[in-house]
Amino acid sequence: MVHAIPGVEGFMYPNEVELQWGLLVVVYPYITGLVAGAFILASLERVFRVEAVKPTYRLALLTALAFLLVAPLPLQLHLGHPERSLEMYLTPHKESAMAMFGFVYLWYLMVVLLVEIWLDYRADIVRRAQSETGLLRIVYRVLTLGSMNISPASLHVDERLGWIMTIVGIPSAFMLHGYVGFLFGSIKANPWWSTPLMPIVFLFSAMVSGIAGVQGIYMFSMWVRKKTIDMRCVDTIGTYLFYAFIIDFSLEMLDLLHRTYESSESFASLDFMVHTRLFTSQIVLQIIVGTLVPLAILAATQVLTLAEQTRKRMYATASVLTLIGIFFMRWNVVIGGQLFSKSFLGYTTYKLEFATREGLLTAGVLMILPLFILWGLVKLLPPWTEETAS
Amino acid sequence: MRVSFQDAKHLISLVGLFAAAVGVFVILRAAVVPAGFGKYGHYRAGAIDDNRARAVKFAGQGECVYCHDAQLQVRDSGRHKTISCEACHGPQAKHVASDGKEKPAKPDVIPLCLNCHEKDAAKPAFLPQVVKADHYTGTTCSDCHQPHNPKM
Repeated sequence: MVHAIPGVEGFMYPNEVELQWGLLVVVYPYITGLVAGAFILASLERVFRVEAVKPTYRLALLTALAFLLVAPLPLQLHLGHPERSLEMYLTPHKESAMAMFGFVYLWYLMVVLLVEIWLDYRADIVRRAQSETGLLRIVYRVLTLGSMNISPASLHVDERLGWIMTIVGIPSAFMLHGYVGFLFGSIKANPWWSTPLMPIVFLFSAMVSGIAGVQGIYMFSMWVRKKTIDMRCVDTIGTYLFYAFIIDFSLEMLDLLHRTYESSESFASLDFMVHTRLFTSQIVLQIIVGTLVPLAILAATQVLTLAEQTRKRMYATASVLTLIGIFFMRWNVVIGGQLFSKSFLGYTTYKLEFATREGLLTAGVLMILPLFILWGLVKLLPPWTEETAS
Repeated sequence: MRVSFQDAKHLISLVGLFAAAVGVFVILRAAVVPAGFGKYGHYRAGAIDDNRARAVKFAGQGECVYCHDAQLQVRDSGRHKTISCEACHGPQAKHVASDGKEKPAKPDVIPLCLNCHEKDAAKPAFLPQVVKADHYTGTTCSDCHQPHNPKM
């Protein structure tokens, strides 16, 4: 007698029926990707002197910080016992990629991002420590770390050191997200994940999502603040988004082409999965809605002469669709990698829960939380260039 | 631009803050990481002594044979010959130490048998398996199958 398990088709090993990594493990690389991408966009202005994207420089840094602060939460919620995560730092296992990644995270947060933001904002912090009153004054005074010196020479020191930190930050941002890809790419038992291209694909998709995220946040905040969007800035970001997206898409297609041509023993199973269980999330949402459509929109902005309003709408649409596309890229990697049996003879189904520790509601809160943190950071450290100028 | 030491003085606070953070980390680590951690491997060395100090619970079937040779002969003639006595009867060090005065609890037959014989696609085909819902007739397994030699 055959006992059918709902959602299971063909032969699954017992420990494959229920997915171990759910939506929160999708959210985790998505958030770290936004961090790395936002930082790389910020570094464009700093290191490569792309003056056009200057209006988003500080916003990108604060976005990276807001998302980085939330990045460990999905993993801690997924694993439970968040207090044990500290043990990763106290007694790190040198052979554990995840333990070493904890140090990459700490380095990136403490040394790269916070220092760069502090150096960049120091003059503003000192001015506010002198002009604000009450609790805010105390906060700004603490943030000055006891130095009120904002002489041109001291700001020059900050500028030089900030530049060095950005130089250090670029490989750190690459490492931060390359590592997430490495974690998946090095799981040799899983043919959906195990490819040396994985870190590079993750890195470029991170850049794409970070650039799109900052573009979207910048345009939205300008709209909320009823200020004029700097078109030179969004045009330049649009161009970079387009280039990064082409590289990202090419890498993913290269991976697909390689898998198809190589046609290893897992291919028939994976191919079947892409045409059935992953069809909506992979073909429709990731490739068509989240990649080809925004690429076509961005390509149109590159070759056609369009009115300002039209371009704004196109960039906004492309940003939102890109963010959706990259989210589903993470979904397809994490969830897709667990839907098929290692016997290549069966498939299972992911049951998404709602109000549970790893449910949709939790994931939604984790996605919105960085935006609230960003709102607080923007209030504390306004990134707007027009205010700095005044 | 000429830069004097005074112009970089604010960085001392920054370095100091990092040094303080590293200091707190080092102190915290020294306080919470147990002594002997990492001496032999990625674990607390004292855990070996702690385990060694724990009372032995299994007697080993070399002890069973002294009193229960008849049952062992039955077992050795059937398909359960590779299963050790304590795998089903539980750890019996106390039973042996008390010269049999400490009586072991009788095994809970149905769940015990199903541990190995419940139908599962991942189990090897040579292992006899049943689906409890189909196979169970209201009696216990040992009413039909002699547990030491389960041939019917």
